[in-house]
Amino acid sequence: MITVKELTPINGISAFRRLFSCKKNKKIICKALKRSLLVSLWFVFLTFPIMVIKVNPIERTVSWRWGNIFYVAIGSFVISLLAKAWLVRKERSAARQASCSVRASIIQDLLNRPGCRYPLVVLLLGVALLFPHIFSTYQANIMTTALMYIVLGLGLNLVVGVAGLLDLGYVAFYAIGAYSYALLNLHFHLGFWVALPIGGLLAALFGVLLGFPVLRLRGDYLAIVTLGFGEILRLILENWNAFSRGPSGISNIPRPGFFGLEMSLDHAMIYMYYLMIGLVLLTIFMVNRLQDSRLGRAWLALREDEIACQAMGIDKTRIKLIAFSLGAFWAGLIGVVFAAKTTFVNPASFTFLESAIILAIVVLGGMGSIVGVICGALILILLPEYLRALSEYRMLAFGAILVAMMIFKPEGLIAGVRRTYCFQGRKNAAALQDDE
Amino acid sequence: MMNKRMNKPILDVSGLTMNFGGIRALDHLDFEVQAKEIVALIGPNGAGKTTLFNCLTGIYQPSSGEIHLACPQSGKQTRLNDLKPNKITEKGMARTFQNIRLFSQMTVLENVMIGRHCRTHSLILGAIFRDRKTREEEQETVNKSCEILEKVGLSGQVNELAGNLSYGAQRRLEIARALATEPFLLLLDEPAAGMNPQETADLVALIRQIRDEGHAILLIEHDMKLVMTLSDRIVVMDYGKKIAQGTPAEIRINREVIKAYLGEDGG
Ligand SMILES: Nc1ncnc2c1ncn2[C@@H]1O[C@H](COP(=O)(O)OP(=O)(O)O)[C@@H](O)[C@H]1O
Ligand SMILES: [Mg+2]
Repeated sequence: MITVKELTPINGISAFRRLFSCKKNKKIICKALKRSLLVSLWFVFLTFPIMVIKVNPIERTVSWRWGNIFYVAIGSFVISLLAKAWLVRKERSAARQASCSVRASIIQDLLNRPGCRYPLVVLLLGVALLFPHIFSTYQANIMTTALMYIVLGLGLNLVVGVAGLLDLGYVAFYAIGAYSYALLNLHFHLGFWVALPIGGLLAALFGVLLGFPVLRLRGDYLAIVTLGFGEILRLILENWNAFSRGPSGISNIPRPGFFGLEMSLDHAMIYMYYLMIGLVLLTIFMVNRLQDSRLGRAWLALREDEIACQAMGIDKTRIKLIAFSLGAFWAGLIGVVFAAKTTFVNPASFTFLESAIILAIVVLGGMGSIVGVICGALILILLPEYLRALSEYRMLAFGAILVAMMIFKPEGLIAGVRRTYCFQGRKNAAALQDDE
Repeated sequence: MMNKRMNKPILDVSGLTMNFGGIRALDHLDFEVQAKEIVALIGPNGAGKTTLFNCLTGIYQPSSGEIHLACPQSGKQTRLNDLKPNKITEKGMARTFQNIRLFSQMTVLENVMIGRHCRTHSLILGAIFRDRKTREEEQETVNKSCEILEKVGLSGQVNELAGNLSYGAQRRLEIARALATEPFLLLLDEPAAGMNPQETADLVALIRQIRDEGHAILLIEHDMKLVMTLSDRIVVMDYGKKIAQGTPAEIRINREVIKAYLGEDGG
């Protein structure tokens, strides 16, 4: 375990002084400075045509914005230096921690400390429960969306993060959930609470159906086929008018009922929020238990080494199918919630972009880590909502963030930690350390 | 000798051939392993030893030939040819890998617990509801895994990530993981590779102990001293063919073997 001292960020100035104190460090820093200088020169050169020269085709004039050079140079210099510093620090901490058994992030460490765990959870829960009363209904509505993506992320995390199956067509199962509620309501007038489990189970069933033919594929091939599946499903929904009403979609889907009570729009939104809080808690509970079980271990083993996994007696087809259908189950559930929340579904809501966002949540948050996925969802969904200026560059930002993650923190913001057991030597003395 | 021949072998390989395109990696191989026996498989690099293991454990589908496995307790014989690797492990044959294939991001204990997978049953509902049966099964998995780790001398590092172990410890962990599947036949692919003399000596003791507990062992090894001291019988392969078999004393003086190892002029 990591001690507290190592976890608290060191004071910047003293750290710098310490950095300069030895000769080896000086050498590294000089090298880094030189490199960053080169990088910034290169950037200035590359961005010269777009940052400096401005052609005005109407007035037929060319203006030279020399000032921009400085911004580009300084910006790229600083970023390059920061990147280098991060890499060096990471290398050092990796060397330092090679001897220590299990690495934990700050949040994970706090959660695992018995004294911190309960107050922290109670605090979070309190904030979550009071949220719609403290802030406006509009805020609660945005939060509901974020909560939906948390569940989607946790579901996909089982498939991608834990079992290591790259699924790019996850949105298909989301669509199946949404459309199953919309259609069941349209034709049979089924209510939300009946449709919820049906949507989930239907999606799970499709997960198995898709799984059978494709699960012999691995890595990139699996990704391409699932991507295709997602697109095919969307195209079917778009073109099979008799079945799905095509691009115009299905409207007037009722919101979830509460014992037949009539609710105003405001109340319905707040009700939706609490419903999602409940679903999130249920999902966390279930996913946590699944990960920490015979099945969860088998998934991890599958992610690490398929051949060794089989040689140890694990039926890989079976556990892959289970992972696939369980992940699809949660997508289906949230699909139903989505249809009820927006009261309208059409195929445009289920494009590849959705799959990409959910996947980004998992990768950014930390593959296989529940806390990580929650953080990832909150960051990726709430940030564009609150930073409207940024939302235009959303895809650009996604790309940049993901590339940065690959370089600096491939394990995600908050990496999953392995469960530890206390072992007391002699026979039968190993006790299960309880997690709850 | 007579006595041994009357027993039914637990592993019976006949006419096993494996082609990779034009390359014939195994060529009509016949051999058998008796219960509680240590058999060593030796031969120059590229002789096809690892390929043989891969065929036995279902990772490769052999081009022709028969593989039969018989449980020493019940005597029930199964044909392994078309079985999947996990089914074969369930039948009671487990292996280690020449190039270590541990689950390096999982802890030492979890690696061994994975080996228990095929002897336990809980699935989705058990995982979510954690009923009594599941809890008992989980506790038993931990207990048995710890016992095995103690046996191979890794009980001090249960919570270490497998990837952080030393090379020798990783090899022993692979053995522990294979033992957790409760095999009656254990296949070890170069278990002493990369070990220092002390570690090798420990390994010899461990393999003896495993045999004394009732497991048969089929072992690929290049360390001749280890092979000669440990094995009851030796099978020698070259270019996918069996060129000799016998006790260590017989193999030591076999002309074919000396020729294979030292080249044409060596004999
Ligand atoms: N998957 C494969 N594809 C093609 N050739 C293979 C494959 N596996 C092994 N071989 C070939 O089979 C021969 C035997 O290899 P191997 O069984 O690894 O030898 P050993 O373990 O005895 O050193 C080698 O010539 C090798 O190139
Ligand atoms: Mg080999």
